[in-house]
Parts: sequence; structure tokens; C-alpha cells
Amino acid sequence: MAKDEFREFKLVGTRPDRPDGLDKVTGRARYGADISAPGMLWGAVVRSPHAHARIVSIDPSKALALDGVKAVVTRADFPEGLTGEDWNLQENTIAGERALYDGHAVAAVAATSKLLAEEAARLIAVEYEVLPHVIDVDDAIKPDAPVIRAGAADASVPEGMPPNVVRYMDFGRGDVEAGFAEADLVMERSYKTEATHQGYIEPHACLGQLGADGKGEMWVCTQGQWYIRKMCTAVLGLDASQLRVTPSEIGGGFGGKTTIFMEPLSLALSRKAGGKPVKIVMSRSEVLRATGPTASASMDVKIGLKKDGTITAARAEFRMQGGAFPGAPVDMALYCCFAPYNLTNVAHVGYDVLANRPKCAAYRAPGSPMGAFAVESLLDEMCRALKIDPLQMRLKNAVKEGDKSSYGPRFGSIGLIETLEATQAHPNLSIKLGPNQGRGIAAGYWFNHNGETSVSLAISEDGTAQVSVGTPDIGGSRASIALMTAETLGIGYEDVRVNVVETGALGVNEPTHGSRATFASGKAAVIAAGHAIKEMCRRAATEWGIEPEAVEWVNGAAQPAGPNAGKHPPMTIAEIAGKMGQTGGPISGHHESVPEGVGASFGCHVVDVEVDPETGRTTILRYLVVQDAGRAIHPAYVEGQYQGGAAQGIGWALNEAYIYDDKGRLANPVFLDYRIPVASDLPMIDTVIVEVPNPGHPYGVRGVGETGITPPLPAIANAIEDAVGVRMAHLPMSPATVLAALKARG
Amino acid sequence: MSKIHVTTVVNGDAVEFLADPRETLLDCLRDRLGLTGSKEGCGTGDCGACSVRLDGTLVCSCLVLGVEAEGKQIETIEGMADGATLHPLQRKFIEHAALQCGFCTPGILVAAKALLERNPDPTEEEVRFWLAGNLCRCTGYDKIIRAVLDAAAEMRQEAA
Amino acid sequence: MRYHTPSTFRDAAQIAAGASGVTRFLAGGTDVLVQLRAGAVIPDDLIDLKKIAGVYDIARTGDGGWRIGIAVPGIALGAHEALRAEWPGVVEGMELVGSTQVQGRATLTGNLCNGSPAADSVPGLVAAGASVEVTGPDGQRTVAVQDIPSGPGKTSLKPGELISAILLPARGDHAGDAYLRFIPRSEMDIAVVGCAVSLRLDGDTVTEARVALGAVAPVVKLVPAAAQAIVGTALDDAALDKLAAAASAACAPIDDKRGTIAFRTEVAGVLAKRAAKIAYSRAKGDRA
Repeated sequence: MAKDEFREFKLVGTRPDRPDGLDKVTGRARYGADISAPGMLWGAVVRSPHAHARIVSIDPSKALALDGVKAVVTRADFPEGLTGEDWNLQENTIAGERALYDGHAVAAVAATSKLLAEEAARLIAVEYEVLPHVIDVDDAIKPDAPVIRAGAADASVPEGMPPNVVRYMDFGRGDVEAGFAEADLVMERSYKTEATHQGYIEPHACLGQLGADGKGEMWVCTQGQWYIRKMCTAVLGLDASQLRVTPSEIGGGFGGKTTIFMEPLSLALSRKAGGKPVKIVMSRSEVLRATGPTASASMDVKIGLKKDGTITAARAEFRMQGGAFPGAPVDMALYCCFAPYNLTNVAHVGYDVLANRPKCAAYRAPGSPMGAFAVESLLDEMCRALKIDPLQMRLKNAVKEGDKSSYGPRFGSIGLIETLEATQAHPNLSIKLGPNQGRGIAAGYWFNHNGETSVSLAISEDGTAQVSVGTPDIGGSRASIALMTAETLGIGYEDVRVNVVETGALGVNEPTHGSRATFASGKAAVIAAGHAIKEMCRRAATEWGIEPEAVEWVNGAAQPAGPNAGKHPPMTIAEIAGKMGQTGGPISGHHESVPEGVGASFGCHVVDVEVDPETGRTTILRYLVVQDAGRAIHPAYVEGQYQGGAAQGIGWALNEAYIYDDKGRLANPVFLDYRIPVASDLPMIDTVIVEVPNPGHPYGVRGVGETGITPPLPAIANAIEDAVGVRMAHLPMSPATVLAALKARG
Repeated sequence: MSKIHVTTVVNGDAVEFLADPRETLLDCLRDRLGLTGSKEGCGTGDCGACSVRLDGTLVCSCLVLGVEAEGKQIETIEGMADGATLHPLQRKFIEHAALQCGFCTPGILVAAKALLERNPDPTEEEVRFWLAGNLCRCTGYDKIIRAVLDAAAEMRQEAA
Repeated sequence: MRYHTPSTFRDAAQIAAGASGVTRFLAGGTDVLVQLRAGAVIPDDLIDLKKIAGVYDIARTGDGGWRIGIAVPGIALGAHEALRAEWPGVVEGMELVGSTQVQGRATLTGNLCNGSPAADSVPGLVAAGASVEVTGPDGQRTVAVQDIPSGPGKTSLKPGELISAILLPARGDHAGDAYLRFIPRSEMDIAVVGCAVSLRLDGDTVTEARVALGAVAPVVKLVPAAAQAIVGTALDDAALDKLAAAASAACAPIDDKRGTIAFRTEVAGVLAKRAAKIAYSRAKGDRA
């Protein structure tokens, strides 16, 4: 789209109240656990207390003997013969021969009340034979580590690799050794990050119903109702179209609600209980033990830098465990880690390693924060050594449109340089710091994603519009889609209602993931609105007796395109809609595609910290997020994404971690000890929205959800070094580890 | 286990229900009375999503037994608006985009209302520490704190 | 689970003494309900003490001290101006327990009976020289607070016994106390280390002191050596260093998910110094 089409907008870029705001401030909005059904049963899940154990026997007789207990399911109630990721999902839903992690589901029970279901679950006797386990990625990759699953490696893994390596990658370009030889300084460092959880406040909840005829329904909190449908039906051996999945309002997801956990259990229990609906609501400890946290990582990075700030070569070798199944985002981490830099010589090596932990799920820019922690930390340390300004170094090497990315493809229009320049200009950078205070800077990257998208739009009889989208609204996407639709149709924001619909109402949609909802559903809604406009112009043309091409759409009305088209007063959308029944019937538009034109988003964060040298505690004094949004459709919700991403990154950097005891059991499965930031931990989070419009979207949208979690990890590490002179290479940078580093330095 | 008959007042309405003594007040509000605005995020008093007022005191309803509600006055998010008129906090939360997923919002609103009744002119720090028991994972708290401070300013003006 | 609402402590004690299964008393409920919800402890008999007359009262005793009812929540303790003026360290210890919401329910008695070595309100009570009135099926006795916890999650109370009041001594003149804890976040965590200091001055000189540490041993620990380090001094740097060394030396902590042995030992000394300075300035008349 040509630049001159980025005209002044009436609605895009404004900050109206979100359409679902009233429901959400009054308690009326219905989330996963808020729905009940007549005749409903409650489900509860029996979970392995062992990190790795053979399941010798499961005896449900005591549970089934209780009045009101209606069904117990085990793996025997699920079909055999699944392969690939379908098998992984089934095995993760309910353990087969072995329990693979603490919290792995082993059986489930349905009863007439929640308390009874929980009591029955405690009465299901499971006999285990405990097996050796492995938790840490560096232990899991050892040749003699306990084997999680023989034969799980894919074709990418060369002969002779340790048994828990299931994917291997090795890619790059140029000659890194030659590049290192050109450098004035070459440094190599190792880094580690621990697994963290998305930490959405709403635990997983679903209400599933499945009859003996194979037809079912489900109400569920999810980022993607079609993914729930596809995965549940695969695990249960059903036809996808026979399961209707309705998404509830969703209490946060951050990637963690793009897959299934206990949803197939509710369907299996329902079928076994004669088709009665079964509700399952996870407890917080179930969420932390048995849903999908992100991977933990062990990383080696080597970089060559010239005195003038030019990066001559870079190499990364990352090892990640993503639980007892393949899928750690080591590939994404490698793609993103050097993405901000224009490199001639670059090499990447990655290992996806199995361990006795829950199957990882997506978490906001999966992989990118770990890679950034390693690379941005090392670059900062090298800038210090060569006395180079870290922002200037980044500007010197920054990628721009047309550059080949570190991982291969050429960049289209991107805004990294504009982002770095806006950072440089921000007043926070000139605030003087006191003793034990420090400032850290880091950049970050996320690709953004398109994905399968279906949207339909219908004009109502009064000239208002309804849009049906398949992407659940996690953080204001109804508002942004309504703004773009209204802008396109030339009607009021309030005249558009955006509905997030069930699987029976639209074609396939990928979830709200990959920062795609406003980009993909938004683009599809604009295209669908264009179809409706074309039809409305046609109807006006018919009434006026002129050619449809002679009609244009301006400010919500059809009008003759020029003096040659004749003199007709504009015909408004309400006039056209009011007589749609007499002029050809319903007026609508729809669009189905994998929308082209994704625009990547770069960000740069600046954090000021103070470290208490006597206790090692780090306090965030000030925080700045600068990021390219392409265009901010609803700037308040763009700022919200930036602030939320930063807050999650701060938690990851300072205090959040999966902590396991020596038996491989999760030691902190509650919010008391899985320490996400609280209100008093954080300052206000300053934001700058950079707008380098994405030419691949009708309003220039890039997608803004994920990049913001990437820079905080290294930015805070860099600030801690600036404050007290210790380099923290292992997250979290908790008070105990910082104090230990200070003591070790002496 | 036999159930206990409980008579109580919720948002000004006399209600009664039968509670298993093991059930929390949150369970009873949600599953016995259909008041699902109060949310369970943790069940351990660490997230505040189930915040309600019990005889005026701000509590986590997951840390109160249903049977303890006997003879008490309970206020929940469902009683916060005056009919169709939103409480200033509710309005300011929408205006400031102080919610993203909205799941923590009812608990935060109930807690913030209790703060402003006690302290009509809180500092940013006072708001942050008062709300430290209300976890929000979406917003980074920035817009929540601004909305509370703005609502407080408006309410002071109205009161003046 | 049977739910009881006795109207006297004697009745409560008798119900407990007559029970055969798992019994729990309900004061604030912020620990009992968490254990119940998690399925960790599902009592057969739950004895709710909040219907007993006087359990919400804070009353001046004949000797100038205080008697605090077992159901007084943190928020009520914090709102009691006279008590806060005399025992700010005791009050601030209680106020650090959990969130605002938890403060609406949690009690000193519950925090003590939960038996956690990290209980935030207990070091302040121990430093204050507080005691508790214990009611049993056979009558009452008074026990020093530091003698109640007997190990993590355990108390010295006998079957059927329960605490029926917390008793604080008269504060007297030129005295102050303070409690500090270290947590990773700014709120909502369990203490990694806690330290309370209570002292009395004659002029600039400390004449009496009690120092108690939390989360560094199986029970909250009174540390006489730490107190001796500052008695007779004007809390100069040398005295503070001795205090810190004595506090650290008294630590016998564990490595766990919340902290390491090295960190707890080191920070116990840091907190002891900081708390002593606050207590000293309060004894000097500073109300902060």
C-alpha cells in the first residue's frame, strides 16, 4: 500500500472505551469457570506425585463406591495408535505406561459435586514404581542421563547424540572464525535461565459434553477454540466438525492457553457418564505443576567486536529443555537472538532436550527472551570493556529494510533504527543516577505471525455492523477490530459490534497468538468490510441506474464518483441497509486467508535499578519501553501490551523460577512462592510508541504483544552491572544470587 | 457430610443457602448464589481475585468459610454499581484501559473501593501497597494505579 | 467435617479434648483454609472461636500491659493507636503478614499457632516479652510466647489446649521496638529472615534489650548474645557490628526455595542492625 494512503484517520489512533469494558468492571463477563449446565458433574484429576515413575496399577474401586461418583477415566479410555504431536498431546493429557513429571495426569473422576470429585480423586489408588529422573537441562543432555523416551528424536538429530536430544539445528552464514579474527575483542560467555510460567490469573477451566454419538460441545477458556477442537478430537479419535467449542472470556493466556490440558478429560468423563456435562477447573497448583511453562535454557554465546562498535562475527549455542516432550523453542530463540544486528558471519547451534518436567507451551515471544538475555548481556559487557556507548553500538549494527536477517530471510519495512533513535531522545536517559544505582539498555525482537484467519461481517438492517472473529479478545482486540471496521465503513465506533464466536460459526482460525489478532483478524475484517462496501455501492448504483464503478464510498455513504455519474445525494449505509430485503437480500462480507504482509516488531528498553549492597535486593526505579507498533490502532491497549510485557520480563529477571526439590517435585506451585511482580514492586512504566507503518496491513499494524517481554531480562542484568559491578549470568537475579556475587567479588 | 443452613445479606439482599462446612465463601457465592463476579485465581489468599467485603472488612472470600457468612453483610463486585450508574472506579478503569483480560478486575475494584473509603487521597505508593495482594499479570499495574488515583481525585471533587 | 461454634474457651477446649480425629481451631482461618483447600489437612472437627465473647477486644490490663483477643485481625491491630504507639514493632510484624485482604482475617494467635519459624508476628512478640493465656480442659496457664512453637508446624500446646489471649507487658518509658524482615518482593512473601529488637534507654545508653530472629532456625529464636552486644552502648558502630555478628552467629537456617543458609545468616545481621536503629530512635521518642 502506498504511503499516501496513510491519511488522517477519524477513529484509528483514538482511545474509546472498550466494548467489553462494562461487562468486565461489573463482574458480568463470563470466564471459563463461570458457566454451569443442567445435570452438570464436576471433574477432578489424579496427578503423579513423582517426577518419573512406571504406573504399575490404577484401582478406582474405592472412588467408584462413593455415592455420586459417575465415571473414572484412565489412558485405557483413549484410542491407541496416535503418532507425532497427536500422541504427545494424548500422552500429556493422561499418562500411559509412565508418569513423566510431577503433576502428570494419571486418571480423572466425575462426581455430582466438586468436593465429592476431589474426595474421589484422593481414593483412586495408583501404584508407582519410581524411576530415576532428570530436571536440569545440562544434566538432561548428558550421555548417561535417565532416558525420558527412547526413539523420540527426529531426523535432525545426528547419530551419537545423547539420548534426550530430540531435535538438533545448526545454521548460519559467512565465516565466523574469520570474523572473530577481525575483531578487536572476542568474548565468550555462558548463561542460564530457569523455566517460568505465563502466570495468567485465571486457572484453566472447561465444561465439556460428549455423547455416545460422537457429538460434543465445550465451553472453555482458551486463546484458540479451533485448536481446542482439533487437539481434543485428535486425542479422542473424533471427527473435528462434531465438536463445537465456544470460547469463554479469557483471564490471560500469554501463549499458555493455545493448547490442551484437561479438556479431553472432561469430554472422556462426559461420554463415560452418559453424556452429562463435566466441568473441570484447575487449582493454581495444578496450573503451575501441569500446564505449559516455558523452557529453561543453557546458552553459550561468542561475539567479536571492533573498537568502532562493528560486530564482526557472532555464534550462539543454545540447549533448552521443554519438558518430557519435544518442542522447546530453541529454534525461535536462535532466530531472534541476533535479529537486531546486520551480521556477515553468524552461526547458530541448538539442542531440544527432554527432561522430567511438564510439556512446555508458548510463552510470549517463545524463546526470544532467553536468547536476548545471553546476547544482549554479552554485548553490554563488551561495550563496557571497549568503552563504547551501548546504544550507539546497536545503532551502528542495526538492521534496516532490505537487510538479510541473521536467520536468513530479508527484512521488509522495519523500525529498529527509529526505535533506537526514539530511545536516545528520551528524557529518562539523561536522569542522573545515585550510588548503587545503574542503567541498563537492551534491544529485543519478535517476528509476529499471520496464521489461518476467517472473519465474517454483516450489515444489520439499521446500518450498524457486526463482525464475527475467531480470535479471543485477551487485551482489547475487540476494540481495535471495531475501530478499523468502523473507519473502513465510515460509521461510528459504537455502530460496530465485534463478536468472538464459536467454532460452528466460522471457518478455521488459529488462536490469538503470535501477536496476530489485531493484524490478521483486523486485516480480514477490513477486507470483509470492503466486500460489503462494494455490494452497497452496487445497490446504490442499481437504484440510481448507473454503473457500480461510478459509485464511491465516502463517510459511510455511497455517492456518485464524479460529475459524469449524475447528480444523486449520498445514500447512507442506514438507507441502503434499511431496504436490503428489497434490493437483493442480506449484505455481508467475509474473508478467509493466511494474511500476507506480517510486519516484525523491534523494541528497546531502558531500566534504572538500585541494588541494596547489604541484601542484594534490586529495586526497579524507572522503566522505559520503546517499540515499533507499525500503527497503534488503540494506543492505550498498545501501551498496555508494552507495560505488561515489561512487567513479565521483570518478574522473570528478578524472582520467577520453577524450583524443584531433589525428588523432582515442583517446590513452589503456589503464588506465594512463584513470585510474580506485585503492584508495589513496580514503578510506572513509561512507553514510547514508534510508528513505522507496516505496508502489509491496511492500517499499518505490526502486532505488539510479544516483543516487550524480550529486552527486560538483559536490560536488568546490564543495569545491575552498571549499579554494583557484578555480571549476573543466571536468572533469576534474586537477592541471594546478587548478594553471593557481591560477596564473591569482595 | 451434612450441610448447614446459612442466612446472610449479599449486596443488600437477604439470601440463604446450604453450605458444606468445607466450602469457602467464594464457593458459596459462585456455586450456590450464582454470583460469579468474584474469581478464584489461587485459593490461597495470594491473588486477591476473590476480594469481597465481610461486614465492611476487605477479605479474600477463598479464606472465609461459607458457614462463617451467617448473619454477616457481604459486598461483592455485583453490588458495586448503583443500578445502571457505575462507581467512579469502574468508570475510570474503562477510561484508563486499566484492564486487559479483566479477570483480576473485580477483585481490584472491590479492594480499591475499600481503600478510597478509608483514605480518599492516597499516594501512588499507598495505592500500590494496598493493592499488593491483587495480582494482575496483564497490565504491569501502571494503568490500574492511574485509574485508582484519578477516581480518587474525582470522588474528592464530588465530595467537596 | 464437623463445624463447631463454642461460646466459651472452656467449651472449645472440651470439644477438642473429646475429639478423636484431626482437630483445628479457626481464628482468622488464613492458614487453616489454605490447608483445607489444598487437601493437606482436612479436619474432622473444626472449632470456630470467633463466637466467643471478647475475642475481638484489645484491652488494657491492670499492670499497664495489653490483652489482645485471639480473633483480632491485623487490620484492627494496626488501627489501634495506643497499642501501636507503645508496641510499634509488634504491630508492624503482624501487618506484614499477607495482603490487605489477609490482614482482614489473619491474627497474632493464628500466626503463632501455625508454628512457622518464618511467622512475621512472632519475633516482635518474643522481643516484647509477650506471653499467652492458654485454656485447656483443666483450666488456664500462662506461657511465654517463645515457648509455644516447638518446631516447624508444631506447638507445645497439649491436646485440648488452645490460646485464649495474647498478653503484652507494660511498655514503660524510654523504650522502643521494631521488626524488619527480608523478602524478595516488596510484599506478599514469607520472610526469608526476620528480626525484632526491643530495647530501653537511659539517656543515650541501652539498658535493656531483647533480640529475636525468625526464619533462621526451626523456631523463632530469642538471641541473648545479640541483646548483650548492645546493652550498655549508645548503639555506636562497634556495637552494631557486634550485634550483627551475634545475630548471624545465632543462625542455624536451612537452604530452601526461599533462601540459602549463607544469605539468611548474612542478612540476619543486616536486619538486626537496621531494626536496632529504628527501635533506638523510637525509644528516643521518634514516632515513625
